Amino acid sequence: MTFRPSFVKTAVAGAIALLAGTASAQYSDGVIKIGVMNDMSGLYADIAGPGSVWAAKKAVEDFGAAAKGMKVEILAADHQNKPDIGSNIVRQWIDVDKVDAIADVPTSSVGLAVNQIVREKNKVHLNTGSATSDLTNKACSPNTVHWAYDTYMLSNGTGKALVKTGGDTWYFLTADYAFGHALERDTEAVVLANGGKVVGKVRHPFPGQDFSSFLLQAQSSKAKVIGLANAGGDTINSIKQAAEFGITKGGQNLAGLLVFITDVHSLGLATAQGLVLTESFYWDLNDGTRGWSKEFAAAHKGRMPSMVQAGVYASVIHYLKAVEALKSDADGLKVVDQMKKMPTDDKLFGKGSIRVDGRKIHDAYLFEVKKPAESKGPWDYYKLRATIPAAEAFRPLAQSECPLVKK
Amino acid sequence: MFELLGIPPQAFFGQLLLGLINGAFYALLSLGLAVIFGLLNVINFTHGAQYMMGAFGAWMLLNWAGIPFWVSLVVVPIVVGATGVVLERVFLKHLYHLDHLYGLLLTFGLALIIEGLYRQQFGSSGQPFVNPIPGGTNLGFMFLPYYRGFIVVFSLVVCMATWYVIERTKLGSYLRAATERPDIVQAFGINVPRMITLTYGFGVGLAALAGVLAAPAYQVSPQMGSSLIIVVFAVVVIGGMGSILGSILTGFGLGIVEGLTKVFYPEASNIVIFVIMVIVLMIKPAGLFGKQK
Repeated sequence: MTFRPSFVKTAVAGAIALLAGTASAQYSDGVIKIGVMNDMSGLYADIAGPGSVWAAKKAVEDFGAAAKGMKVEILAADHQNKPDIGSNIVRQWIDVDKVDAIADVPTSSVGLAVNQIVREKNKVHLNTGSATSDLTNKACSPNTVHWAYDTYMLSNGTGKALVKTGGDTWYFLTADYAFGHALERDTEAVVLANGGKVVGKVRHPFPGQDFSSFLLQAQSSKAKVIGLANAGGDTINSIKQAAEFGITKGGQNLAGLLVFITDVHSLGLATAQGLVLTESFYWDLNDGTRGWSKEFAAAHKGRMPSMVQAGVYASVIHYLKAVEALKSDADGLKVVDQMKKMPTDDKLFGKGSIRVDGRKIHDAYLFEVKKPAESKGPWDYYKLRATIPAAEAFRPLAQSECPLVKK
Repeated sequence: MFELLGIPPQAFFGQLLLGLINGAFYALLSLGLAVIFGLLNVINFTHGAQYMMGAFGAWMLLNWAGIPFWVSLVVVPIVVGATGVVLERVFLKHLYHLDHLYGLLLTFGLALIIEGLYRQQFGSSGQPFVNPIPGGTNLGFMFLPYYRGFIVVFSLVVCMATWYVIERTKLGSYLRAATERPDIVQAFGINVPRMITLTYGFGVGLAALAGVLAAPAYQVSPQMGSSLIIVVFAVVVIGGMGSILGSILTGFGLGIVEGLTKVFYPEASNIVIFVIMVIVLMIKPAGLFGKQK
């Protein structure tokens, strides 16, 4: 009978939690509830999915919530990349289940919808999964913190690097929804600002399967760089098929504007080698990231974490610090204000801060995917080309359209 | 340079060919569905999952046992087809006398379970698969990877062979007779239940074959089937439920229509097939090649 010890453990944990609950009566209904909502079963499930839930639970554990007398509960849900489903879940979480903070939320269209609801209900939105930079620009909200990355960071890193090394004519392959449009727009701005030119663009349905038709259109445009403003399985298939149709051999370069390490793993180094990409996290950066990632891998069949999952961990820790300092989780506005006041410090992103527009500021990294011969083993995929300092990685406040930024 | 409908001829022929390649997958998959529906009266929603199982079968054989793609092309459809036989014996055979809806619900549920298991095991972003015939040739208007050319030729051969067996051979005539009047065929001493079981296995094998073919071209991922299967159902409906030739012709034809839409109005390329389906259903409710019963 294997369930006995775990049953006893659960019972003990429950009893402790109950005791802790009475000690922390200042938290709304005695519990700090964090809902991790993402794509649990579709094409973004490896980037976020169950790994993000693990990261949130790990954050609660590492923060030492129980020892501090804080009862924290992590909920999880699958929004299937659909804004309507995501909105319903969040409304129910907040209204019925009394959830205090919503974490992760990949897929920009869902992220933007949740952004609005969380603001109305005055809760906290810890977004790490959505890419659109609108979350801290036009659509910024005093209840939102945007963590790991955004389209500005991606285009500023990858776009600038490619234009500067001669890739001055671009053709965009864009996923036809909020995220793709934002990524295309931000990258186009970077290309133009650095003296490049955009010769054409095509918008493909999301999610897609066959990209050869769009790639052929890109090929006949004779652009030096084909910018892939898509993500996950769409990017993987685009890169795979570009290799198959001899586009990369023909002298055109691919710019994977949003490539996660899980995508590189799926492509294999033979296909992905040489790809230049921007990320804000890599498991093999320092001892802190390595230690945490090894634990992550042990719980996920050897798969390494993505920057989104790392962001969930870091944002939940910082959220709990703010709640602890306030001794209350009731007022979302106050919690986010507190998060902005306190400098951030965690083992995955190091020291950083949250700006008035809700943007979390940290370094970003320009990586190049290793050749198969350079890789020492599974998941040894990136070599660092440049570190983009925190101050330059994100959209400067001077260019911000966010109403929270006073000029 | 002259232009066809506003695009250069190179691009036009290129897209035509690409449409044909995608059409090859639609044809293979819808053929399996049509065979199963025609003979079993079951709407096989597990088809997408079985297609995915085919791709993963090839991946497992290659990565775990070092068995090359060409062997998988034969072995995997047989193995996955055998799982179909088991499925039919254990679950499906109890549903033939019930409404279509029960078969649909059962197979849909099974598809979700199978996909979930694969996702649990392999993750959602998929696995790399080495192209067995790398390289390609320049046709003047486009670069044709050898493998894509192989897909078109191979699936055409398989489709035609299937059509021939069902429409032109004695075995096929038994099958067709068994769908019309199983009781009389049984009275002639033919084992109808076994024939139906094997037919389901064959349909599933076709799905797996398409999966193996897809492995080098697309990403081998657990949801690769679910993203394709809805389109394939539309293809079957347009072609006429249960019509063998109809599903082949509409498969290739709609691949081409979709390919051209990707040039003229890319945003609509994922709905164009459904628009056609609506129009066809309004004009010919039994589908282009279907017979009204």
